[in-house]
Amino acid sequence: MSRLTLEAEGDTHIVVTRRFKAPPEAVYRAHTEPKLIKRWLLGPDGWSMPGCICDPRPGGSFRYEWVNEKGNGFHITGEFIELTPFSRIVHVERMHLPDPTAENHVETMFQPDGDGTLMTMRMTLPDAESRARMLATGMEHGMEASYARLETTI
Amino acid sequence: MRNLDAAFSALADPTRRALLARLALGEASVMELAEPFEMTQPAISRHLKVLEGAGLIVRRIEGTRRPCRLAPAAISDIDQWLGMLRKALARNYDRLDDVLATMKPNKRKRRR
Repeated sequence: MSRLTLEAEGDTHIVVTRRFKAPPEAVYRAHTEPKLIKRWLLGPDGWSMPGCICDPRPGGSFRYEWVNEKGNGFHITGEFIELTPFSRIVHVERMHLPDPTAENHVETMFQPDGDGTLMTMRMTLPDAESRARMLATGMEHGMEASYARLETTI
Repeated sequence: MRNLDAAFSALADPTRRALLARLALGEASVMELAEPFEMTQPAISRHLKVLEGAGLIVRRIEGTRRPCRLAPAAISDIDQWLGMLRKALARNYDRLDDVLATMKPNKRKRRR
């Protein structure tokens, strides 16, 4: 079952959709309350989230830190622009690797869908090159997960 | 078949990944590729040689220029980058399903 869709759109967007078996209020809270965020926003297996600070109001900032089993890590900082409980979040974020990447402008919508929620997340990068770089960074982490799997099979 | 070891070690370097990201936009000369980096053109040329050796880029001769572009194999790597992001997000949202499942009972309690 593939409930996630992820598409590159135009030169600068990436659009992600996913359905959840919970009402928009619960999905929205899981995106804005640190105690809940820490339980799922972890990326590939082997990563944990030692730092999770989040101030979900317009102008409020957030900082998420991840670290893997080898002690390598990175963090994301961002600011909230608009929040409409429990239907919409607009924020900007950038990764620190440690140099900051281009600003990723993200709009996340939570729409009622039967008993559940349809989430649509639309990322906008400043230009095609920064989008390609962001994807290349994802590749880096994906490759690390592959290497880690390779190590466990040896 | 292209040499996977060569491709993997070519991709292990952040400068070379950035060069590929730039070439994802289209053909470019060494001078254009060197511009965003604090590196000399010979240093960039050495990186390009590694990418070429790994079959990730191809170069053609145009007078004195040797513009580079992504090899078809590398273009499918870009799809792979999207695939890896998809995989990381899928893992996150599967975990979120579990978190949401634990939130539901609380809500029912409140309604009573």
